[in-house]
Amino acid sequence: MSDSPIAVEQHGPELLHHFVDAEQQRDAASLGMWLFLATEIMFFGGMFCAYLIYRFWYYNEFAAGSRSLDIWLGTINTAVLICSSLTVALGVRAAQMGKRKLLVVLLLLTIVFGFAFLGIKGVEWYDKYKEHHIPGRSFNASDLEKPPYSNGGIDQQHEQIYFSLYFAMTGLHALHMIIGVGIFVFLTFYAWKGRYTPKYYTPIEMGGLYWHFVDIVWIYLFPLLYLIDRKPLR
Amino acid sequence: MSEHIMSGKFYYTIWIVLLCLTVITAAVSFVDLGPFNTIVALVIATFKALLVVLFFMHVKYTSEKLTKIVIVSAIFWLFLLLALSMADYATRLLS
Repeated sequence: MSDSPIAVEQHGPELLHHFVDAEQQRDAASLGMWLFLATEIMFFGGMFCAYLIYRFWYYNEFAAGSRSLDIWLGTINTAVLICSSLTVALGVRAAQMGKRKLLVVLLLLTIVFGFAFLGIKGVEWYDKYKEHHIPGRSFNASDLEKPPYSNGGIDQQHEQIYFSLYFAMTGLHALHMIIGVGIFVFLTFYAWKGRYTPKYYTPIEMGGLYWHFVDIVWIYLFPLLYLIDRKPLR
Repeated sequence: MSEHIMSGKFYYTIWIVLLCLTVITAAVSFVDLGPFNTIVALVIATFKALLVVLFFMHVKYTSEKLTKIVIVSAIFWLFLLLALSMADYATRLLS
């Protein structure tokens, strides 16, 4: 290879032969990732649209369902995700500076935060299961008929729509978290083996973009699901 | 993507601001602001999302204009979806 007249054959992953230079390659990866995130915005957008319409129609049931969620666990989970976004951002920075050990530690921390989020989410889902708030045959939200949840007038069918959206949206978000953790396990393994250098850390950066996106989805899900109407009932 | 390396201190500052806003949005939801509760919650969420996009996702420092066009278009499509849907559903009760 060394005596090959074609210089491009000597390039590593930091510059594939069909790119002019490393910057063009990075820009292409970033553009592709953002295009993918644009499709993700539309994917979640359909859910947010359904949520908006039904919240507009069945506000009483949505507010009652929202009050039945654990605001403490929801707030803690938001904080956990923000911490994971910090470790991801610092991880990209560590990769930029070529600090391999620091990068591995930060990626592992991100995975730990990811599992913490999923664990807390699991506890919340289990509570809903015990309360018969999972839509289906055993659904029973008669406990939401009185304060502190509502002043009555709860339509069971409409309440199921709130909880259907709750489980669909948080479930879809959790699925993205599980995929994110999988990606980060992969990234940690190769970071540990020293594949990423200040010249080539695109996978870290792209994985980071995905993780931050999933964080942003939760930043909106938290107020929309947990904080619909927490003020004292009149 | 830019090779701009930000200081660690800067990331910690953004992180603290995001955590404070999370606590504020949870606390404010218990205060009776009438219809403004939802607006305040969404404004805070959007501000938090902006901080993450601009600084954690490095969009503020990206040199590639095409990337910015993709982001703005994606938000615009989402706006179209929500606005046109609500233009229908939210006005049905008027008749």
